Amino acid sequence: MIEYLGLKSINGPLVILEGIKDAVFDEMVEFDTDAGRRLGKIIELNKDKAVIQVFEGTDNMTLDGTHTRLSGRPMEVGVSEEMLGRSFNGIGVPIDGLGDIVPEKKLDINGKPLNPVSREYPRNYIRTGISVIDGLMTLIRGQKLPIFSGNGLPHDQLAAQIVTQSSLGDNAGDDKFAIVFAAMGVTHDVAQYFKRTFAESGAAEHVAMFVNLADDPVVERLITPKVALTLAEYLAFEKNMHILVVLTDMTSYCEAMREVSSSKGEIPSRKGYPGYMYSDLASIYERAGIVKGVNGSVTQIPILSMPNDDITHPIPDLTGYITEGQIVLDRTLNGKSIYPPVSVLPSLSRLMKDGIGEGFTREDHQDVANQLFSSYAHSEDARNLAAVIGEEELSDTDKAYLKFGDEFESRFIGQDPSDNRTIEKTLDLGWELLGLLPRAELDRIDTKLLDKYYKPYEE
Amino acid sequence: MNINALDLILKSDKNKVPEGEIYGINGPVVTILGNPGFKMNEMVYVGDLRLVGEVIGLNSEKTTIEVYEETSGMKPGEKVVGSGSPVSCVLAPGIISNIFDGIERPLNLIREKEGAYISKGVSVDSLPQDKLWETHITVKPGDRVSGGSIIAEVKETRAIVHKVMLPPGTEGTVKEICPDGSYTINDKLITVELSTGEIKDMTMCQRWPIRIPRPVSRRYSPTMPLITGQRIIDSLFPIAKGGTAAIPGGFGTGKTMTQHQIAKWSDADIIIYIGCGERGNEMTQVLEEFTELVDPKTGNPLMDRTVLIANTSNMPVAAREASLYSGLTLAEYYRDMGYHVAIMADSTSRWAEALRELSGRLEEMPAEEGYPAYLASRLAMFYERAGFVKNLNGTEGSVSIIGAVSPQGGDFSEPVTQNTKRFVRCFWALDKSLAYARHYPAIQWLTSYSEYTKDLSAWYSENVDKRFMDYRNQIYYILTQESKLMDIVKLIGSDVLPDDQKLTLLIAKVIRIGFLQQNAFHKEDTCVPMEKQFKMMELILYLNKKCKALIALGMPVSVLERYDIFDRIINIKYDMPNDKLEMFEEYTAAVDRFYDDVLEKNG
Repeated sequence: MIEYLGLKSINGPLVILEGIKDAVFDEMVEFDTDAGRRLGKIIELNKDKAVIQVFEGTDNMTLDGTHTRLSGRPMEVGVSEEMLGRSFNGIGVPIDGLGDIVPEKKLDINGKPLNPVSREYPRNYIRTGISVIDGLMTLIRGQKLPIFSGNGLPHDQLAAQIVTQSSLGDNAGDDKFAIVFAAMGVTHDVAQYFKRTFAESGAAEHVAMFVNLADDPVVERLITPKVALTLAEYLAFEKNMHILVVLTDMTSYCEAMREVSSSKGEIPSRKGYPGYMYSDLASIYERAGIVKGVNGSVTQIPILSMPNDDITHPIPDLTGYITEGQIVLDRTLNGKSIYPPVSVLPSLSRLMKDGIGEGFTREDHQDVANQLFSSYAHSEDARNLAAVIGEEELSDTDKAYLKFGDEFESRFIGQDPSDNRTIEKTLDLGWELLGLLPRAELDRIDTKLLDKYYKPYEE
Repeated sequence: MNINALDLILKSDKNKVPEGEIYGINGPVVTILGNPGFKMNEMVYVGDLRLVGEVIGLNSEKTTIEVYEETSGMKPGEKVVGSGSPVSCVLAPGIISNIFDGIERPLNLIREKEGAYISKGVSVDSLPQDKLWETHITVKPGDRVSGGSIIAEVKETRAIVHKVMLPPGTEGTVKEICPDGSYTINDKLITVELSTGEIKDMTMCQRWPIRIPRPVSRRYSPTMPLITGQRIIDSLFPIAKGGTAAIPGGFGTGKTMTQHQIAKWSDADIIIYIGCGERGNEMTQVLEEFTELVDPKTGNPLMDRTVLIANTSNMPVAAREASLYSGLTLAEYYRDMGYHVAIMADSTSRWAEALRELSGRLEEMPAEEGYPAYLASRLAMFYERAGFVKNLNGTEGSVSIIGAVSPQGGDFSEPVTQNTKRFVRCFWALDKSLAYARHYPAIQWLTSYSEYTKDLSAWYSENVDKRFMDYRNQIYYILTQESKLMDIVKLIGSDVLPDDQKLTLLIAKVIRIGFLQQNAFHKEDTCVPMEKQFKMMELILYLNKKCKALIALGMPVSVLERYDIFDRIINIKYDMPNDKLEMFEEYTAAVDRFYDDVLEKNG
């Protein structure tokens, strides 16, 4: 193998190498530097000149003392079922001191686009044990459902709760369920918190963790979700498991993309983010799904913190256009000490309607969800009205709505972080709350279901 | 473009195939040093894997090529070979009910060949080569034929008769014909002696460059609506056959759902659904649903009149840019046979972003928000390919384009929405707050418009009712009145309004919930015939008239509100089956009873 000595230039995470032969676009390269071994990827090629992105960063690299070797292959990661229960850094190297992984297979981390005709339409759910999610924006196997959060909101706690509580629900049979957790640019404290919570709850055994810390090199951050998803796809489509992938925090990922793009000298589009951010995010999110004929699935919950709580910022905006719905966290609810502070009205699960109801959850699920949405929206109107004309002036119906709204927030949205509710319990709670309203107000529910489940509230 | 010039391009000299060597690779953009003699927009095969690409820049120093597939694994020094012709679509039977990628490669075949994932460099035929089609020849020896002339008919699906046409630019006399029978798309059907004296065998198959509009005889102005079965569209903001419409809206406002509804229920003969940079699961859903759902007109599965073009967001970006043009070319081909074709493009913003991405890689000077300065002209070229036309063969057909726009943050002031607005005549603005309130379709009636209302009013008075446009304007007027009144209500509450204004609010509510809201999942409500739409408007306006009369007699709105007539009229959309329109008489009688009852008890 040819080794090249020296570099032409170093600029941020990028190095330029000249005089190379037979380099291949997008291939992995290895550097031997004074500061140790590093990995990189060719991102632009002009005849014998290559622009290489260094994953571990270019700190301490020198122009003269760097030896470069071409691998001839795109970046690959070794995958194995043994990886569940282990922790890795952002490029898939074990960091838990339990030794190396013996890979069953080496796979290209970029994956390949799934042919739309090979996809199976998602039609079954994952139970998170959290009422507001299970009841109103049910997570469907093969779906990508992001959580839009903000700094200071408890998305880490919510992510940890989802990881420790999630299961396939009661109709799963022998299907296996596991979690791949990828953290990008999280602080040491947060990483510690996740590790501790997983270990304490006993969930750690079926979790593979990939951690890229906030002070780890930015380019590594661009690799982390791809490595995690490669493992997830392997487990789902070759080992027939249902895999839930939690990616946090996508905002750090996008910031890293912007940083690298600007050091490449690319023309920026919105707010300095590169023009290909949509395609790049899609290449991550679209890896969720189900392949026809395989009893496995990849479901994604990407978590992102909206800069300045702005849902129109390019990161949540582009994410929302790719993902199948969104769960939005809300600062006002958080201020009322309601956990999880899920803002119900802008939240949505697009695939929910096909994966719930009879045979999956319960016959009344869709109707109850519709009614809760609509009644809660009405209670917000009543609240606004009360703010103008005072609560006393409200009609009896509107007063009932006010009470419903408060109870709904504190009992249905609000839930103890260790409370793992079944679907039955969630739906029954929904009916209990709907009981606060007169039956005539429940216009979204089928009469037969009302006869069966509706009980007016008695003091 | 001049037809003869085009003919020259298509038949250009295949012997001198230019060849070049890759110099630089940057994502989907590949450069060659010097000028090996490629033509602008020529289709080329790039590298050892022969990936499909297109020449997008030529100067004496370098040739720039965009590659429609992933370029990873490619090396400088690999060969680039020209094809002699521009990027084209193959046009012949076998297109309908198929699903293609952005450059007309059938995804089913790719799956058979490559498994669940799409690999690069896969070479498959666009259309089945050995399938035998039952063919009926419609010309006889001695007939004069020219470009567009129909020479044979093939039953392509249960719903569509495929008319085999002479490619534009040819002219001559039929010399021989083959007997009716089963032929593949490459078998000879007839022999034509061209006006140049050349004798040529004609097959079912022709090729057409995707970026060039197919020629027509003349364009008509739009006179017929594209009926969609969606009340707010058909009654308030109609689109014409051959018209253009944009559906802008932030995520979660129901762009895709609206497109699906139109694709399912509109009265077009053929639907071309282009999933451009959107979700993979959505394409799967369309495939599944359209195979199961039945077209109410013909009783055949919807797939029998649908072509899907799927270039999902994780598929290569250059092919995404091409996918709209491929769709247009297929649409124009069927229009030439005399069909009404509707294109759903979901979403044109992703297409614009693909332009931006490629433009960035070419290091062009960006205009607004990083989009290239030619964004507007490309959008114009796209939408202007719609139209209601007389074809070269004398038939009439149309291509209607309905494009979804995904503005960033739902903000309509961004470049793609603004430029689209310049070229479309129908604007169905989706609104986030309506979507949050689960008011679907979330088309905001105050910001939406249709410039076709005037052009189509003649059709409506002839085919639906003379009073249709009058009623439509009254309904629209009540809605605009409501929005003015709501500004006051927000400040001082509705109690202080005089009774006639309270009534406007009440009737507007009936219109909003009972007429504008439409439930796509309800059997009766998902698609509503024009007659029912008209009668619903008529009934609501009748109720309005009666209520007004009561108020003029001094009855307060609070008394009227106690009656359930308002709720009953709101629920007509669910309670009255679409084939039982005689039930409207009962409702009119109920309004009369309500009127009498109010007078009797309070008079």
